[in-house]
Amino acid sequence: MENFLTQIFNGASLGSILLLIALGLAITFGLMRVINMAHGELIMIGAYTAYVIQLIFVTYVPDAMFDFYFILAIPGAFLIAALVGSLLETGVIRHLYGRPLDSLLATFGIGLILQQAARSIFGAPNVGVTNPSFLSGSLSVFSLELPYSRLFILGLVALCFTALALFLYKTAYGRKIRAVMQNRDMAMSVGISSRRVDNLTFAIGSGFAGVAGVALTLLGPIGPTLGLTYIVDAFMVVVVGGVGALVGTVAGAMGIGVFNTLFEYWTNASMGKVLVFALIILFLQWRPSGLFPQTSRSLD
Amino acid sequence: MTSKKKLILSVNLFGIVIAGCSAIAAYEANDESGEEEKIPVGILHSLSGTMAMSETSVMDAELMAIEEINEAGGVLGKELVPIIEDGASQPSTFSERASKLLQQDGVDVIFGGWTSASRKAMLPVLEGNNGLLFYPIQYEGMEASPNIFYNGAAPNQQIVPAVDWLLENKGDEFFLLGSDYVFPRLANQIISAQLEENDATLVDEQYTPMGHTDYNTVISRIQESKPSVIFNTLNGDSNVAFFQQLADAGITPDDVTVLSASVAEEEITGIGADAIEGHYASWNYFQSTDTAENEAFAENYQEAYGSDRVTGDPIEAGYFMVHLWAKAVEEAGTTDVDEVRAAADGIQFDAPNGTVTIDGDTQHVHKTVRIGEVQEDGQFEEVWNSGKPVEPDPYLEEFDWASDITEP
Repeated sequence: MENFLTQIFNGASLGSILLLIALGLAITFGLMRVINMAHGELIMIGAYTAYVIQLIFVTYVPDAMFDFYFILAIPGAFLIAALVGSLLETGVIRHLYGRPLDSLLATFGIGLILQQAARSIFGAPNVGVTNPSFLSGSLSVFSLELPYSRLFILGLVALCFTALALFLYKTAYGRKIRAVMQNRDMAMSVGISSRRVDNLTFAIGSGFAGVAGVALTLLGPIGPTLGLTYIVDAFMVVVVGGVGALVGTVAGAMGIGVFNTLFEYWTNASMGKVLVFALIILFLQWRPSGLFPQTSRSLD
Repeated sequence: MTSKKKLILSVNLFGIVIAGCSAIAAYEANDESGEEEKIPVGILHSLSGTMAMSETSVMDAELMAIEEINEAGGVLGKELVPIIEDGASQPSTFSERASKLLQQDGVDVIFGGWTSASRKAMLPVLEGNNGLLFYPIQYEGMEASPNIFYNGAAPNQQIVPAVDWLLENKGDEFFLLGSDYVFPRLANQIISAQLEENDATLVDEQYTPMGHTDYNTVISRIQESKPSVIFNTLNGDSNVAFFQQLADAGITPDDVTVLSASVAEEEITGIGADAIEGHYASWNYFQSTDTAENEAFAENYQEAYGSDRVTGDPIEAGYFMVHLWAKAVEEAGTTDVDEVRAAADGIQFDAPNGTVTIDGDTQHVHKTVRIGEVQEDGQFEEVWNSGKPVEPDPYLEEFDWASDITEP
């Protein structure tokens, strides 16, 4: 029983990481239909932002304040990644709307350029990001050990998701975004500037990728190729969840997280991954549009 | 101009720039002036892709050795000219670049490679063109090509002594964890046979794909099976995730000892010393190794590449193997591959780790084995060494219990 509970927690924890890396993609790919292969590199930019902010703190801020770097890194990474995303959209992607294959190649190339840029600026070896002291160690519940870093990521992803949902469904600007994504021509004819909406939407999606990067500094390596590790998983979550539905992304991430952990526990890591992919392929045979397919006449 | 035309134009421009750069590079490499006075040597490492993080530092050490040799008057009175190629972390690229170096650039020797996959991809090219590869990395053994000199540890110079030391000092319940490719699988075959020989227990054996970063489930298994020792053959980035998550789960070196086969000083920088402090690694060289040669080597390396840089076993092997080749060429009186091979037996060099000697039969080197404990500052403190250089035994012929282990 205890093992089972541990595995459920591990599954939820993996699911929360998957959700965090896929949240930005749910916007840029899910809503905007841009196949952005550089999404992983935007995550990497967020992670390096956390690293740079940490360096600044080490140099200029008294030691007692050190842990605050992490609190500052989250909005910082959001803004930097959003800025890069906005430039990316203006410079390249906006010329490629409606041309998925071209944007796939172009963004893949941009991803390589960003990786090499990171290598030139920060060097090829991984850099170490020190976890803030309040996130080291673990919480003991009965006999379970729940690492604080994992609990924090669960909390962070809940916060990000809520903020995004409120923004999209409760604000005027969110309504404009949904209008443009659903029916661009109609939205333009009632006076919405689709250029501005496109750019802002892409920037927001990129910003969330940056936040995911900060969270990943708690778990693993920070290097130029960080994004490659997560890009496939991110697309997988969005596709399984159903392109264009935020709630589908949550269900997809949590489902994949729990299944992957259980399969890995019953078999081993390599086999677990194989079984997850097999399950996804079968699932997509049965529900080609994912868990929450979008139904709208404008999509025909 | 339409946006489509703009795109095509910019792509073409980009292509022209790239072609221009490579033409300039090729021109510089084939500079005809003083051809008689120079010896081209190949350097082939991953400078891009996932392995770049490890391999660029090895290349730095090789270039440093070449510079040292040139400053001391070169080899046979001629200057060495490094021709650098990028293996791009792809075995197929390694084999293609290796044939370019041997055929077009006419080098007799290549210093390079890291992964066993890259070495095995270069092997047929080396044998087909009769070129030499000096390879700097500890590996799984079970190989002896006449065209490769193996400068890293064979299993009997790293894994076998480490297991013996663990059995003696840390307990006899082993948990084997490795990345899912040839080196960890063969290493674990060796360890399993050795444990059986010593009546020790193998509690579990787990492999994770390359680049795996979620170690929760593996850690749950560790918590359940309560081993006294984890023998870790994870490679690359996975180590960072594993050690960080192990520390987060509250598993300390007091609970279980982790000994790693592929974690050197550079990897510790990425992991963060606080997450791996108190665990162990087995190598032939540490930055903290106390020799006069090492003091000079570490100092020069940091002077050349930055005071924040660390050295480590693969970096040191990259450095001394260039010197070994140069001495073998001096001995042979020519860079000709067959002559150098014939002259190589018994060539010695006072490397930072101690004296290394080429063994002509296996084309591996005699080197000292060391086990170190990770300290707070990310350096190792040596807790054991073999006292003298150990003879290489890539096929583990001296151990009866290893007779069933064959090539993967």
